[in-house]
Amino acid sequence: MSPDAERQHRISPARVLDLDPLLDDPATRIVVCCGSGGVGKTTTAAALGLRAAERGRKVVVLTIDPARRLAQSMGIDSLDNTPRRVKGVEGAGELHAMMLDMKRTFDEIVEAHADPARASAILGNPFYQSLSAGFAGTQEYMAMEKLGQLRARDEWDLIVVDTPPSRSALDFLDAPKRLGSFLDGRLIRLLTAPAKLGGRAGMKFLNVGMSMMTGTLGKLLGGQLLKDVQTFISAMDTTFGGFRTRADATYKLLQAPGTAFLVVAAPERDALREAAYFVERLAAEDMPLAGLVLNRVHGSGAARLSAERALAAAEDLDHASDRPAENLEEARIVDQEDGKAGVRNSPDTDGSSGSPTSDPTVPQLTAGLLRLHAERMQLLSREQRTRDRFTALHPEVAVAEVAALPGDVHDLAGLRDIGARLAAGRPELPQTAEE
Amino acid sequence: MSRLQVVSGKGGTGKTTVAAALALALADEGKRTLLVEVEGRQGIAQLFETEALPYEERKIAVAPGGGEVYALAIDPELALLDYLQMFYKLGGAGRALKKLGAIDFATTIAPGLRDVLLTGKACEAVRRKEKSGRFAYDYVVMDAPPTGRITRFLNVNDEVAGLAKIGPIHNQAQAVMRVLKSPETAVHLVTLLEEMPVQETADGIAELRAAKLPVGRVIVNMVRPEVLDAAELELVRGTARSSFAQTLSAAGLGGARRGGHAERLVDPLLAQAEEYAERYALEHEQRAVLGELGLPLHELPLLAEGMDLAGLYQLAKELRKQGMS
Repeated sequence: MSPDAERQHRISPARVLDLDPLLDDPATRIVVCCGSGGVGKTTTAAALGLRAAERGRKVVVLTIDPARRLAQSMGIDSLDNTPRRVKGVEGAGELHAMMLDMKRTFDEIVEAHADPARASAILGNPFYQSLSAGFAGTQEYMAMEKLGQLRARDEWDLIVVDTPPSRSALDFLDAPKRLGSFLDGRLIRLLTAPAKLGGRAGMKFLNVGMSMMTGTLGKLLGGQLLKDVQTFISAMDTTFGGFRTRADATYKLLQAPGTAFLVVAAPERDALREAAYFVERLAAEDMPLAGLVLNRVHGSGAARLSAERALAAAEDLDHASDRPAENLEEARIVDQEDGKAGVRNSPDTDGSSGSPTSDPTVPQLTAGLLRLHAERMQLLSREQRTRDRFTALHPEVAVAEVAALPGDVHDLAGLRDIGARLAAGRPELPQTAEE
Repeated sequence: MSRLQVVSGKGGTGKTTVAAALALALADEGKRTLLVEVEGRQGIAQLFETEALPYEERKIAVAPGGGEVYALAIDPELALLDYLQMFYKLGGAGRALKKLGAIDFATTIAPGLRDVLLTGKACEAVRRKEKSGRFAYDYVVMDAPPTGRITRFLNVNDEVAGLAKIGPIHNQAQAVMRVLKSPETAVHLVTLLEEMPVQETADGIAELRAAKLPVGRVIVNMVRPEVLDAAELELVRGTARSSFAQTLSAAGLGGARRGGHAERLVDPLLAQAEEYAERYALEHEQRAVLGELGLPLHELPLLAEGMDLAGLYQLAKELRKQGMS
């Protein structure tokens, strides 16, 4: 980086991520949304897909585990592992959406690559059944597998993928390799072909280790399991010709130009810490990062009024309403004697003939409004702090901020609204400094 | 009070925080608790502002009243080696197995086995006794996998039964299930007053019940204070803008005339009140949904200053006050 560029980064720490050019660019073929659980990743993927479609592209969104109502909003509450066209999309483009069924995807791979007899042997194997439904990395692997399939069909010009809510940031990048290397690994070869190895000179030592090991594993897991594993592996091995090849292809697809990663987070400490891991990991793996989507950012139209000042004013009003016999005019005079008058603007005199607040509840309600505001301002400064920490660590990452919504998304209009917020990149940001 | 307290929740609801606060709360009056982590995220270390936890029980906090909190990050690989060592005195052979990838295989790839090792280690800590006959830990609190995976994680018996039909892993799974399905265990779910986490909590409870796992309590985390109630929000809607402008002005926030400082505050403040009202209504609905689950509900406040060690102690105090410990 040139010294000039570096200086510029320091001056404007968070660049704004402009999403529309990314979505519009015909060269963009895959957008991957990743991030920790509970940050609105799936919603972001769906909103981006809808926006791209309404801007004229033919899009498919692959969601992993959408909340029921989000799925319903796109009309994909039936889980059948195939893309369905979403109705109600405006404009020239198309939106298709699907929910990943990992067991089904795994079964399909088996059915596609094995003859019927072998396929049914694999599908009926207890080890396979457990692996396809429960292996911690299966969901990640199958998401990537599905992505590869969708890309190969070449029916869509943009694929937006949601990623599983992984235990850690590393899981979903590691899973293809891990499953691939597991199935191609030394252990598997040992388990499946002990006789072959034993016959070779110079392998004696290994052979001793191996038989001891299979013996131990057999003891530990029970002989039946080991046999299941062995039959499963040999069935898989001969039909597949290497999981690793597939895993490598998926991995290369992710690195290729035309793929853009979006790290999704919320302005909370843990979520941004995970986001920082993702950013670092993607860089280490040469994966193209487009930027950070920061969901649920709060703003305030009255940011000039600080939390402290709002609270102080609320307390003044409480005192005033505690003393119904006195009117506010007196309360204010009392306060002015405390020496606060200097910081105040001149009191209003317009139309103040008679009591302006004859309703005794108004000061109480106003105090409530001020307390809500103070709470909002505290939230803003907390969000600002966590955001600043991230920006200090990764000033190079462009950020799109999405204003918080009070409720969840239930329909396409809601998704469209989020898409618009995403594209705006920066909501009316709080001004932290008081005027 | 169950001695194994399992804490789960949807991602983002703060289950690690709640688990840690619960471990602190239970370490009352000289009691000793063990807080275990099973997902390798080092969330406990971050929360207690200490270095990454090794696979070793170590004291991380002292509770008010002299209780102690120990923490353990369970590493499935090391747990398996531990286990092999315990039963087979494997020593160096264990390392050879590791080199071959056998340990990786058994812990990462073979589903269910990994979970047996994780829950097994926690159950071992629950049952462990000192020479004096007293339990090594009064309570074990587990920061468990999220709600979507919790039943599968705890229901190791079903997972493993189809795989390891005999052998030590099978026996281990049986022993673990005896503890997990007994009143010695309680599974708590952490949620927020938002639609998705509440829905997931309801689904999670149904799954746990179907698997006959003991459901404990629901903990609503990060509850924002009620600043205005429904009646007051109604009054806000019915009050003239000018009244607010004048009152703000009277409170010293500037002029109430059009364009005056106080007058310009009214719209944004009312907009914030509308957002609050919408959220308030949603929270109200979600509370009702949670109420129908028929479980004890606890609420923990949102800490205005963000989560830190002091906040953790505050939440622990809150849990104790609410009779959670």
